[in-house]
Amino acid sequence: MKYKGKLFRASKEATGDLNAKVGKIPQQLKSLFVLFLVLISLFFLLRHFFTPDTFGKYGHYRAAAIDSIMSQPLRYAGAQLCMECHDDIYALKIESYHRDVSCEGCHGPAIAHTEDPSEFVPPAPRERGYCPLCHEYNPSRPTGFPQIDLTSHNPPKPCIDCHDPHDPKPPHTPEQCSACHAEIYRTKAVSHHAPLLCTRCHEAPEAHKDQPRMHLPSKPTSRTFCGECHAMEADSPKDIPRIMMSDHGIGYVCWQCHYPHYPEVR
Amino acid sequence: MEDHFEELLLNLKQVVGFIFPNEIELHWGLLIVVYPYVTGLVAGAFILASLERIFNIEELKPTYRLSLITALAFLFVAPLPLLSHLGHPELSFEIFLTPHLQSAMAMFGFVYIWYLMVVLLLEIWFDYRKDLVVWSRNETGLKKYMYKILTLGATDLSDRALRFDKKAGKFITIIGIPSAFILHGYVGFIFGSVKANPWWSSVLMPIVFLFSAIVSGIAIMILIYGFTTLIRWKKFQMGCLDKLGSYLMYAIILDLSLELLDFIHRLYESEESIKIISQMVSSRLFLSLVIIQLILGSILPLVGLVLVRVRPLPDELRRLIYFGSAILVQVGIFSTRWNVVVGGQLFSKSFRGLTIYKVQVLGIEGLLMSIGLLLLPFVILWALIKIIPPWPEAETVVPSAAAERKE
Amino acid sequence: MKKDKKELTRREFLKKCAVSAPAVLLLAEAESIFAKNSPELSDHKEAHYFGMGIQIDKCIGCGRCVNACKLENSVPDEPFYFRTWVERYVVQVDNEVIVESPHGGGEGFPSNISEKGIARTFFVPKLCNHCANPPCVQVCPVGATFSTQDGVVLVDEDYCIGCRYCIQACPYGARYLNPFTKTADKCTFCYHRIKKGSNPACVEVCPTKARIFGEISLRSSPLTRFFRFNKVQVLKPYLNTEPRVYYANLDGEVR
Repeated sequence: MKYKGKLFRASKEATGDLNAKVGKIPQQLKSLFVLFLVLISLFFLLRHFFTPDTFGKYGHYRAAAIDSIMSQPLRYAGAQLCMECHDDIYALKIESYHRDVSCEGCHGPAIAHTEDPSEFVPPAPRERGYCPLCHEYNPSRPTGFPQIDLTSHNPPKPCIDCHDPHDPKPPHTPEQCSACHAEIYRTKAVSHHAPLLCTRCHEAPEAHKDQPRMHLPSKPTSRTFCGECHAMEADSPKDIPRIMMSDHGIGYVCWQCHYPHYPEVR
Repeated sequence: MEDHFEELLLNLKQVVGFIFPNEIELHWGLLIVVYPYVTGLVAGAFILASLERIFNIEELKPTYRLSLITALAFLFVAPLPLLSHLGHPELSFEIFLTPHLQSAMAMFGFVYIWYLMVVLLLEIWFDYRKDLVVWSRNETGLKKYMYKILTLGATDLSDRALRFDKKAGKFITIIGIPSAFILHGYVGFIFGSVKANPWWSSVLMPIVFLFSAIVSGIAIMILIYGFTTLIRWKKFQMGCLDKLGSYLMYAIILDLSLELLDFIHRLYESEESIKIISQMVSSRLFLSLVIIQLILGSILPLVGLVLVRVRPLPDELRRLIYFGSAILVQVGIFSTRWNVVVGGQLFSKSFRGLTIYKVQVLGIEGLLMSIGLLLLPFVILWALIKIIPPWPEAETVVPSAAAERKE
Repeated sequence: MKKDKKELTRREFLKKCAVSAPAVLLLAEAESIFAKNSPELSDHKEAHYFGMGIQIDKCIGCGRCVNACKLENSVPDEPFYFRTWVERYVVQVDNEVIVESPHGGGEGFPSNISEKGIARTFFVPKLCNHCANPPCVQVCPVGATFSTQDGVVLVDEDYCIGCRYCIQACPYGARYLNPFTKTADKCTFCYHRIKKGSNPACVEVCPTKARIFGEISLRSSPLTRFFRFNKVQVLKPYLNTEPRVYYANLDGEVR
């Protein structure tokens, strides 16, 4: 009982001490303390509730952001997917100079085509302006990369007339005469007449090789020779330019106006 | 949007040399020029007040409270240019939610809150508490309640409480000075730590920012003190103005020598970027750097202030020189901020070309907005002066409780 | 007196509550911070580490990569926004360097430069370097741009506040502010593609295999061959950003 009383007194003294101490703290500090306490608690409370859920899962960022970035739709299907249906073209292309050129590099993004082939058909660039993006001569391009001079290389013809883009071999120009007639050979090689053999127009006797001046090759002498291909009614490929033999340059031979090794076209 | 693209297309035509294609859009414009300028004024005005308090400089008494609430008025405005420049201001609270501790900018929110809540507001509160209590007793109506709330319930006017106010104020001033240094040095660090940009990347950047802040802070106090004295029809205390003038002079000397050190260092080291930087300084930045910042903003005021000290001049003329210098210094320091912020983006990070920046008149990043943001602190200052007048004669005399008790 | 005491104890009780509340919150917060910082690798079943190799000598400046990138990632068409672009360097005999990148190279390059006085000339494709030590991630104040665990630097479009500090911090000019979303934007290595096993769009369409994409330090990766047969350099190595885009035969004039 006595002990209890002592304890009671002691605790009373202690609280008294504490009260005295609390009383000593200036009033200003107390108000500020409460104010800051409220503000800081509020800050942590808000922070607790507003921080995004997945923030910090892997690092200092929202892990959910990765999912939303990965859910972006694809536009380019990839050559592998094209190959599954167009295996014939793939087989051709894989052996050609264009083996590294991806299908969609020229045909454009085609994921829609893989989803519904009839709904969306990827365009094919057929115009002359497209291939020069890679093949027009530019001094900055690496040496050895095939390039052409756009103004002199078969001016108005679309590239795909002579070159198959899936197997772009340069059209073979016959070269048996080129040892001596190199200039004509080179001129002709970039002309519309490139695929023609020299002997298509010139009959060269075997002896021309030994004694060129003694045994001259022949030249076409009549308008009808050119007309075999260029006449309106001639049985030749459709894209060859045609003329009316009856009223085109009557009285002249073709080569008087057109240079056959580099026939200009209007 | 179309207008924006057209404008970029026009800018593209004025590019000199080569810039990376993405660099045609200049990202930190006029608003970001305003931001360090305003923060500089805060830090400068506060440091001035602190000098008075710590070293007990009698002459500066009239500007002590005025400096404090000027700093507060500008501090309220400081984050606004930043906020309005953000692409998504509505998300700005994220800087408190998930501050990225490695980022120099992430700390802005905390440095700002620390400076506002713990330094400025507290110092002002302790300084004004007894006045607030007295006003809350004497005023009537709404004002009475406003003052009551502002006292935060601490209405003790005993000697002991007043002594504590003084002590606490002094203590806060002492932690306030490094805080002011941090606030503005930190703004400098935001730029100085960008290693990709040789115009910004410099250890001196925070220090140069700090001293130019002090320069601009002293100058704005000369102007505000002058203006408020004039419109209140009071007499100028020339001692105060002379003191402010001499501080301004020393601050300009320090600031100028630091900037020259930075300049000479760059020139002497002459790194990869020196070619494009000298090209920029002699063309796009010539007017704002050499003419305005250096000649008009530093050398001319310095000459005036030195003149005042070496020759006895009549009061009128001295005042004129002080005010003239202060105005020039303001223009000069604003130009300094411009040269740092915009200059750092005028040259390509390929160091091969210069782009261009045109200030727009309208729009969020425009001239009108910036002028508005620069005027706003004065409106706030006016309101603050109405609520807590900083004039010495407005200070209340406390009916000393201790004296009463003794009787 | 008695009443007084009671009041005091109640006040004290409230005080203690008030003191302990933020302390508890603080603890909870601290715990969550530490928990957050330990990455849960189990979620990433296959560990990747992506990189790109660029063979300058193979680039023909056709700009197909620039186009494909814009199409794949809906990058605004205007010529001020590029996730990847191609530059042409012309180094003249007198060491004068002319660099250009009209429309980011997306429409090819005019071939009408005079060949007189040229010492060497070449194309350089550029893109985000996905630095291992990215300055852009370092400066992002809110954690809206970050390095994934497979070494790709991404932007969280929904979290970015648009402060543009990252754009200032990037030494390579690889970032832009998307004019429509008002957030920072840049190359993702086509993250949505590579995680499904495809190549990035620019790599897919490159006709000369100037760009090689793969995993660094995986033996079967095409990059391994690239590293074995080429002298390799990165852009601005002195900035210690440690790019993950490597260039073979990079010229010293390229910055």
